[in-house]
Amino acid sequence: MSRIELSHIDKFYGKNHVLKDLNLVIEDGDFMTLLGPSGCGKTTTLRVVSGLEKPQHGNIYMDGQEIVNAAEANFAPPSKRNLNLVFQSYALWPHMTVNDNVGFGLKIRKEPADVIAKKVAGALERMQIAEFGKRYPTELSGGQQQRVAIARAIVSEPRLLLLDEPLSNLDAKLRVDMRSELKRLHHETGTTIIYVTHDQVEALTMSTKIALFRLGELVQVAPPLELYDNPCNLYTADFIGNPSINFVKGTAEVTAAGMTVESPVGQLEFKRADMTEAAPQSGKLDIILGIRPEQLSISRQKDEQHWVEGHVYSGMPAGSETLVSVKVGDQTMLTVKELGSTHYGGDEKVYLGFTPAHINVFDAASENLIKYCR
Amino acid sequence: MRPAEQNYSKTRRLKNQIKAVVTNPYNVIVLIAIILLTYLIVFPLVDMLSTTFELSQRDLRSVRGGVAGEFTFYYWQRLLASDLTWSMLVRPLLNSLLVGACVSVCAIVIGAVLAWLMVRSDLPFKPFFSLAVIIPYMIPSWVKSQAWLSMFKTPRLGGAPGFIASMLTSMGISNESIEAILGPIAYGPLAVIIVLSLHYYAYTYLLVSGALNSINSELEEMGEIQGASKTLILRKITLPLVLPAMLSGVILTFSKAIGTFGVINYLGSPAGFRTLSSELYSNIRSLNTQTGFAMAILMIAIASLAVFVNQKIIGTRRSYATIGGKGGRSMPIGLHGWKPVITVILFIFFIFAIIMPVIILVVESCMLKEGTYSLANFTLHYWIGDGDPNIMEGVPGIFKNSNFLNSLKNSLMLTFVNGIFGTIIGQILGYICAKGRGTFHGKLVEQLVFIPYLIPSVAFGGIYLSMFSKPQTLFGVTLLPPLYGTFALLTITSVVKHLPFASRAGTSNMLQISGELEEAATIEGAGFFKRFIKIVFPLSKGGFLSGFMLIFVSIMKELDLIILLMTPTTSTLPYLAFQYQNQNSPQASDCVAIVMFSIVFLVYALANIFGDADLASSMGG
Repeated sequence: MSRIELSHIDKFYGKNHVLKDLNLVIEDGDFMTLLGPSGCGKTTTLRVVSGLEKPQHGNIYMDGQEIVNAAEANFAPPSKRNLNLVFQSYALWPHMTVNDNVGFGLKIRKEPADVIAKKVAGALERMQIAEFGKRYPTELSGGQQQRVAIARAIVSEPRLLLLDEPLSNLDAKLRVDMRSELKRLHHETGTTIIYVTHDQVEALTMSTKIALFRLGELVQVAPPLELYDNPCNLYTADFIGNPSINFVKGTAEVTAAGMTVESPVGQLEFKRADMTEAAPQSGKLDIILGIRPEQLSISRQKDEQHWVEGHVYSGMPAGSETLVSVKVGDQTMLTVKELGSTHYGGDEKVYLGFTPAHINVFDAASENLIKYCR
Repeated sequence: MRPAEQNYSKTRRLKNQIKAVVTNPYNVIVLIAIILLTYLIVFPLVDMLSTTFELSQRDLRSVRGGVAGEFTFYYWQRLLASDLTWSMLVRPLLNSLLVGACVSVCAIVIGAVLAWLMVRSDLPFKPFFSLAVIIPYMIPSWVKSQAWLSMFKTPRLGGAPGFIASMLTSMGISNESIEAILGPIAYGPLAVIIVLSLHYYAYTYLLVSGALNSINSELEEMGEIQGASKTLILRKITLPLVLPAMLSGVILTFSKAIGTFGVINYLGSPAGFRTLSSELYSNIRSLNTQTGFAMAILMIAIASLAVFVNQKIIGTRRSYATIGGKGGRSMPIGLHGWKPVITVILFIFFIFAIIMPVIILVVESCMLKEGTYSLANFTLHYWIGDGDPNIMEGVPGIFKNSNFLNSLKNSLMLTFVNGIFGTIIGQILGYICAKGRGTFHGKLVEQLVFIPYLIPSVAFGGIYLSMFSKPQTLFGVTLLPPLYGTFALLTITSVVKHLPFASRAGTSNMLQISGELEEAATIEGAGFFKRFIKIVFPLSKGGFLSGFMLIFVSIMKELDLIILLMTPTTSTLPYLAFQYQNQNSPQASDCVAIVMFSIVFLVYALANIFGDADLASSMGG
């Protein structure tokens, strides 16, 4: 349990500037996910926190105590930070048994043998692999190795647990199981967790907060649902959500009362109260509407709720849900997500509708959010 | 945006920085390594260079008004631009290049073809062939020359004629005709090139088969799916992929071949065929140290040039061989109708290149008088006989000979001490090279360690001889007494000369250990030494063993390197054999060579049975 504060962190690999003036606070007990495409600096951030990498600038505080002060070349060694790390490759030592792997850190700390044995057994028990203690890592399946790696990390009851894409080497089904396992672990131990992933579903389902990265910079830090409902800009909106959000180009006229939008999906009115601080006070501008596929409803008949005429491009029923691509006008392609399974024929004429208050509006020039989802 | 770089304490920064450097054993080890490497490699090189510009006492007469120890161009001028240049430099140089080029071509062809057959084809008797193919690597090249002489020696040079000459004589052919037929085969460039090719193809074989093994067979299968024929696949896919390994083989072979001395001494000199390395040896032997060193510098320059060209050609393609890790599952390529033909050719090749030399040596070692092929002539005298004044001036058989026992003890001690020290040092340097990839200190160590590779063995022995014959002092404090004639000098020389191999083996070994395994231990609070003992060492045991093997085999048969350092008390088996041969007692020499070969083979077999030692893996790229 601890509070981590990263302040003005800069990290270079040679001339490559991988972390750019990073500021991030991770509150005590958070499950903070660092999310972003590969190469955006999320793993580097994790390694900087762990102490395996030294940043060139900036400070890191752990519970108010300075653990990194780049200006004074003060870098606390990893072992002094009371944290542990689960590597993407698991990094299990192949020449040691599971027991020895898990008990290694305790042995280094010269804890008595009986205490070590008890703690190791406890950690294996918690990860439900108690019977594998005497095996070697190569004799275990990928999922079991993963559990050993986590057991090794939690056996010393660290205040901070770092996880570097731990589930990326597992198959899809195991991944879902481990997700709930990790969430349970967080719930039971209350340890602060920093979790690195490029999988937005992992991020959305597990975290209490998500920090979204782009090219070494933080784009947005927010709880998962807030990130989903009100992405601060087009990048976040596009990155979060599967299937991706629909973008529709349009123009808007802003007045003191609100905003009127002209777009291929019709004329829309938005209230001033729903608009963000980034929105202009008045004037005309190009905007982009962000409509989540599940916000769109589809109908074969035109009515009050379905006013946008379009043609089915392709329908993809998947049992519990159906995705339909609909072409509106010449330019716009919208993805609609409908619960249940309905069959739509190609080129069938359909009508779409949505609740204008629920959708996002972005400034096309600055790419920032100018209207919240309500 | 950034709050003005804060107010921080510069003294605290300095204190923290110093603390970080000093308390990290890794830094200390790197520092020690760089200091030692500089002292043991750069200093001797500089010393060697400056010696060639210093007038020596014994050449005072040749330089008018010269003062001993003064700066002079005398030696370089004599070597590069005088009447002697042709006979001293140009002819030997051309001979060296001829040998180097021919041996490289032959060795690369033999080695690459064998590697392909062994790894990729459905050749029968593979287990046998793959063992047989390694044996030439374990028989020193000068032993092969000895065997060659036993076979082809002509009566001209005194001593008994070889096997074929005796046959011809018994068929009533005159000595003159024998000389005309066998002369060009027995001595001179052809003999040298054949013997060296049969020796050095092992390098290419090991490197190329390693590369072939690591190529993902899917790459070749893809070519097949695209409709390419087998030969086209071989030419357009396989060959380019193993090209870097082949070029490494060429460089290794070329620089070894131009630096070799033993074979030239046995097979070249009798026909007046001399190369730079044999000139270098005789110059240093006859105390023309300056001229010898100047020649060594030229040879270093040639070797450096070859390496440079090689790097330019290979460039970034170095890493080809490591692509894909799923080799081994590949379907062997059918030889079809060629199978019996190729098998027979290989058997003949092995019989002539490997089995014959060994058999010849064994047979000859049991012959009282060489060249007399009658049952009565067979004896174990040279093995276990008591001294007989009529044979070899009364020297007893080797197992009753204190010289032999002493040399055996020396050789075993030297190889074990070197194997252990060399491997440990090599692994540590390899660790620095692997972990320090891309950093300044990593590159520096890598470069320093590589230098001995470029220095011809004979010259390397010469430099160390001249350097360590005087006491080593620092600011008036004697660090080392004169080491001439001591075991310590042999050890230092051999360890340093073999550093390039040892550390390359170490590097490839260390690169196989994922950095995360060590980082995981760092996180758990394990310090440097704990990590090395608990994680790095156990994971690299196989590599340690391979590295040990490589050094052991190499030093056991080493002659060129230590020949200048030898004294009667520090004599090793190869040197003893060399001496017997020069005293015209080939049987005794054969006995020593057989013992030495047996030891090498035994250790290799043990390492293979009890560990996963792999010579190829430690050759690196």
